[in-house]
Amino acid sequence: MEISGAFDSIWLDLTGGASILWLSLVGIIVLVWDIFRNNAPPIPWVSAIAVLIALAYELTKVIEPTSTAFFSLIQTGGVASFISVIILFSALGSILLCAPYLKGIGRSYGEIYALMLFATSGMILLGTANNMVTVFVGLETMSIALYILTGVVRSDEGALESALKYFLLGAFATGFFLYGIALIYGATETMYFSGLAAGYSVTDLRPLFWVGVALFLVGFMFKVGAVPFHMWTPDVYQGAPTPLTGFMATASKAAAFAALILVLYHGIGALELGGADWQLAIAIIALLTVVIGNILALTQDNVKRMLAYSSIAHAGYVLIALVAGTNEAYAGAVYYLLIYALMNIGAFGAISLLEWDGKEGRSQTLDSLSGIGFKRPLIGITMAIFMFSLTGFPPLGGFFGKLAVFAPAVNAGFTWLALVGIAASVFSGYYYLRVLYVFWMKPASEADPIVQSSSFPIPRSSSIVLVTCAILLLGIGLIPGVRDLTLSFFI
Amino acid sequence: MELPNLLTVIIFLPLVGSLLLLFAPSDRSVKWFALIVTLGAFVLSLPLWFGFDVVNAADLQFRGIEFPLISETLDVRYLIGIDGFSLLLVLLTTFLGPIIVLCSWNYITKSTKAYYILLLILQTGMTGVFCAFDILLFYIFFELTLIPMYFLIGIWGGERRIYAAIKFVIYTMAGSLLMLIAIIYLGYAAGNAVNDGIFTTNYFKLLEFDVPFGMQTWLFILFAFAFAIKVPIFPFHTWLPDAHVQAPTGGSVVLAGVLLKMGTYGLVRFCLPFFPSASASHTLLIGIFAVIGIVYGALVSRAQTDAKKLVAYSSVSHLGFVVLGIFALTLESLQGAMIQMINHGISTGALFLIVGMLYERRHTRLMSDYGGIAKSVPVLTFFMVLTVLASAGLPGLNGFVGEFLILVGAFSSDAPGMQTLTIIATTGVILAAVYLLWMVSRMFFGPLTHEANRTMPDLNFRELVILVPMALLMIILGLMPQPFLKVSEPSANRLLNVIEQKRAFAESDDPNLQRRFEMNDRRIPTGSPDPPSVLKP
Repeated sequence: MEISGAFDSIWLDLTGGASILWLSLVGIIVLVWDIFRNNAPPIPWVSAIAVLIALAYELTKVIEPTSTAFFSLIQTGGVASFISVIILFSALGSILLCAPYLKGIGRSYGEIYALMLFATSGMILLGTANNMVTVFVGLETMSIALYILTGVVRSDEGALESALKYFLLGAFATGFFLYGIALIYGATETMYFSGLAAGYSVTDLRPLFWVGVALFLVGFMFKVGAVPFHMWTPDVYQGAPTPLTGFMATASKAAAFAALILVLYHGIGALELGGADWQLAIAIIALLTVVIGNILALTQDNVKRMLAYSSIAHAGYVLIALVAGTNEAYAGAVYYLLIYALMNIGAFGAISLLEWDGKEGRSQTLDSLSGIGFKRPLIGITMAIFMFSLTGFPPLGGFFGKLAVFAPAVNAGFTWLALVGIAASVFSGYYYLRVLYVFWMKPASEADPIVQSSSFPIPRSSSIVLVTCAILLLGIGLIPGVRDLTLSFFI
Repeated sequence: MELPNLLTVIIFLPLVGSLLLLFAPSDRSVKWFALIVTLGAFVLSLPLWFGFDVVNAADLQFRGIEFPLISETLDVRYLIGIDGFSLLLVLLTTFLGPIIVLCSWNYITKSTKAYYILLLILQTGMTGVFCAFDILLFYIFFELTLIPMYFLIGIWGGERRIYAAIKFVIYTMAGSLLMLIAIIYLGYAAGNAVNDGIFTTNYFKLLEFDVPFGMQTWLFILFAFAFAIKVPIFPFHTWLPDAHVQAPTGGSVVLAGVLLKMGTYGLVRFCLPFFPSASASHTLLIGIFAVIGIVYGALVSRAQTDAKKLVAYSSVSHLGFVVLGIFALTLESLQGAMIQMINHGISTGALFLIVGMLYERRHTRLMSDYGGIAKSVPVLTFFMVLTVLASAGLPGLNGFVGEFLILVGAFSSDAPGMQTLTIIATTGVILAAVYLLWMVSRMFFGPLTHEANRTMPDLNFRELVILVPMALLMIILGLMPQPFLKVSEPSANRLLNVIEQKRAFAESDDPNLQRRFEMNDRRIPTGSPDPPSVLKP
């Protein structure tokens, strides 16, 4: 390509990658600001507004058709903007929850916001990638920021342990991932998703290609926490500060899934030969993920850990859609990611509010929270909505999310897998409803006396996040619009 | 009659009311407001009865505005209306609404506002279930009732309320989620066959679709499983006594009066017409379960010491009759089942109300703590005796009509084994008289055994307001059942026709007809006869 041609498209490139560039820029500013004035009070607000601007920008681009920018390295508009919206919404919610949380536990780390901005821009790069190198760059930008964020409470040994564990296992998984990319490139001579099919059809190194795909998928399965690559999730989720756990569980998962969906949609999923084999492989992983995630969640007494395990199960539900592998299924998976983000940002947010006095673990054992629903109706009611939604009760968002992933699976002939998913949902009802039973039905006399006596504050920014998530979950499913939007991305 | 939004208003008025309740200033205003809302819904539902076109009762009436749900690309719509099967159940629901509010008036003292909010949400769900003519919409309303019921039992229930609440929700959810898979499967299959490949959950389009036989069995099992848990049919009944006994009186009345009917209604509305061959081939199996339920429920009732538990088990027995009537597949039995659903809602609802009133006075439900109380509470005793006689099926009161029709219909059914089953079921009528009269005689007659019962106050004005309309309905339904039976007759006739014609289709040897049962075939290949006219919406 001629140099002049490259400059012609520079405006398109800048608008296409604007959110990534903008967040990185603000992240650097915040970082420098924090060096000169440690934890300056406006930092969280500046970060939140920066994310809000990016969110508004991507929302305007959601209805545009999907196109590419930066020499087709990333996708922009349409599905890419939709994924960015999910990531940015999670980031915004987490930042708003983070500020009062850190104040509550008596810490002041301004760098958290810079790291969150970097992580968010990495996630967007990952989720909107159109090329495997972009995937890798986004994945690493995201992961390195997240490793640090996990251990950000430096005096907490548990957090440090989680961070180290996350880093070591994550680095290992990245190795698989990179090796997979290299093999795929060796076989097909392309890094672009859309070139994979053409490259595959002419190559005589097909076994190499499939080995590459397998390693590549292992990397992804690690990042989304699918069984048997899930071992890191509970520890990391439990060790990290609660709002950041919400951030990791929603945004990073959404980004990794988005990249996987785009790879399957544009490249691997369309391959004729051997298609059945990778479907079966993912089907088995999905089955294990759904079953084991739910069984492990069932045995937890610690709310945060329970949510961590249940997030494994939810990754399994998305995988069920990917097994189906039809356009409808990809749309359903993207839709599910949005609903899932709303539910989990809310649930982790509500839990984070219950750690108001720096006692990590206060909220974590269920029994200490008896009767909190009547004492704190805002937390009680929104938590009820999140829990019922996670279980999959209509008319809440979670039901329509599950419908969107299970229905294509049934249509594609994977009824047995959908049945497993449904049976697992029944199981999940038990532990989700247990939270509500403790919140609303258990006599308050059995609770931790400190929880009962204290009148901890609920900051306005946090309550806005909880209420927004709850209202969106109440309305999003029944009204056609969002679902149709996702369907229009995959035609 | 053209009132396109009337049903929507009736369904959603309680929901809107519950939102407004959030801002109610005091507990007293909460109660009054809830009463006004439920009364409003009842008054609004009266035009349904008077404006209902009985001659064309099998057609959809009061059809509301339609709009797509979930997605424009799927044929899932907000499609509501009523026909002969739903009219009476909608009226029963709106009728019980204010009664439930009144019976909770003094009983609920803890978190009153939350209680009435949940009660109103529940009413929206229940009314919606009977009006939905899109099966996914039906499912949404069906599940919507679980959320408030979980809290009603779990927060305001008795000692073992949490166990009962979780058991109730998990049990029901297990059934209905399996049904969801069946709905999805059916939606795609019907979409391919009769709707240009577009996923459909429209009731009439699904009705048009002849489900291939092999598929029918599985789908039937998934559907019937969900509804059997809800009814509940033996052996899926174990959640019912727990939920009933632990629930507050209002909750028990809702459960017995309306929620259980959602199961039997589902069987009639969906299972029979969608899967006629599978329904017919499972008649004997379900009939056996129904009869076991009748006899077992009655025997277990007789063994209870707790009055509320006795009434709860009697529900298992009474609903066994309804299920037997549905699966006997004759006009009489189906008609009997429809009217028996209403009867059971009224008389068992009234039994729970009276037991609740006694509990409010003495804080015990053990029958041995009563005895001879007829002397101190004569008016209450009068209503109790009336209700018990109605429930036991005394001619002239409502219970008789339903049970008689069911037994006559089932006996004349040509399904194998049905006659034997009917004979066994008849013992249930006798047993019902035994355990119900035994309860009355132990609690109300004989010498006054407990001094505390001597000063027990009789019914007050509020309680009379609750019981008088119930008693009137028992007598009206008993003496003049024709207007009520007439409403469901055309629907029952059409249902039986649909079943017969679909089965004739399925059993036909004509290869052209057989081809229609291949999944992805377009409907009606050339050369085959037109679809039966009754199948057209």
